Amino acid sequence: MNRDLALLIGILVSLFAALLLWIFYATLVGDPVARLGPLALEQLPASGVSHPVTAVLLNYRAYDTLLELAVLLVALLGIWSLGPAPSGFRPAGPALTVLANWILPLAILTSGYLLWVGGHAPGGAFQAGALLGSAGVLLRLAGHERAGLPAEAAQRWLVVAGVAVFLMVGLLLAAFGEGFLTYPKAVAKWLILLIETAATLAIGATLAAAYVGGRPPGIRSPCPSSESPSSGNPSSGHARS
Amino acid sequence: MNAAFLYGSAGILLFALGLWSFLVHEPLLRKLIGFNIMGSGVFHLFIAVAHNGDGAAPDPVPHALVLTGIVVAVSATALALALNSRLEAAAAKASDAEAGSRGAPERAPSSAHHLRWPSQ
Repeated sequence: MNRDLALLIGILVSLFAALLLWIFYATLVGDPVARLGPLALEQLPASGVSHPVTAVLLNYRAYDTLLELAVLLVALLGIWSLGPAPSGFRPAGPALTVLANWILPLAILTSGYLLWVGGHAPGGAFQAGALLGSAGVLLRLAGHERAGLPAEAAQRWLVVAGVAVFLMVGLLLAAFGEGFLTYPKAVAKWLILLIETAATLAIGATLAAAYVGGRPPGIRSPCPSSESPSSGNPSSGHARS
Repeated sequence: MNAAFLYGSAGILLFALGLWSFLVHEPLLRKLIGFNIMGSGVFHLFIAVAHNGDGAAPDPVPHALVLTGIVVAVSATALALALNSRLEAAAAKASDAEAGSRGAPERAPSSAHHLRWPSQ
């Protein structure tokens, strides 16, 4: 890129940042405006959980969270539509294998803990799912070609589980309850836990599958691609063994 | 308020740095890194805005937005990286074909695999 143009862009971006800083400062020192925070804390007893962030995510703004899960799913579908996954890395050394063996069960256990604790303390589906996804990344780095995920058919069920359970609960509530994703107070906690469990599995599977970087290995594509993912690549031999 | 302003200003600074990097650098990978830094700046700002003074409970709404935003940003980055690697593979293939049609025998028959990210 042209040097002068880069300088001009730098100056314009600096001016923009100064404007943003001024707006931010004016907002902080200005009169306090009505915010959603106090309302969220006030309604907490009716939400079914006692941690405000979880209440915001799964109750007040459940629509938003549902759509975010859909975004995750669409991103993964985009990755899968690009073709088969590149082959894995070379086999892990003994140290990494042992490390993975130690960390994986702990990560899965911690993920379950985070899921449960989300009801009353920092935690919840997104943290738990991110941890599960990172366990998958570790497995893939340690040489597992599918990042610990099951075969393709089961993988498809896993990645849609979050959106599917969320939508089903919402539609059932719309049909027999008070409205779409308006939980009855008595069962709100259990509905939220059900949705969060499915969302955790879906987020973990989606992130791990996204890291794999293509359609799950070992799947025949309907139109055979001219370029096989592993042909001629010396690092792919181990993966079949 | 002071801590919130400093933290939020750092977020705005990160956002501006990321925006500059995104606009100035040509390679897609660099653009993607700049884009992620922009996102981190926005997350910083949201966390700073949620601060309600020492000891008071923070505003949960921005926290929830950041929480989902991080996971969505990670998945969008994965999609962009996958697109980038396919683009590079396609570009390598095209330059191979071009070299082949010009009859350059010294060129390796399939260099696409060597240029492919991340199997490299």
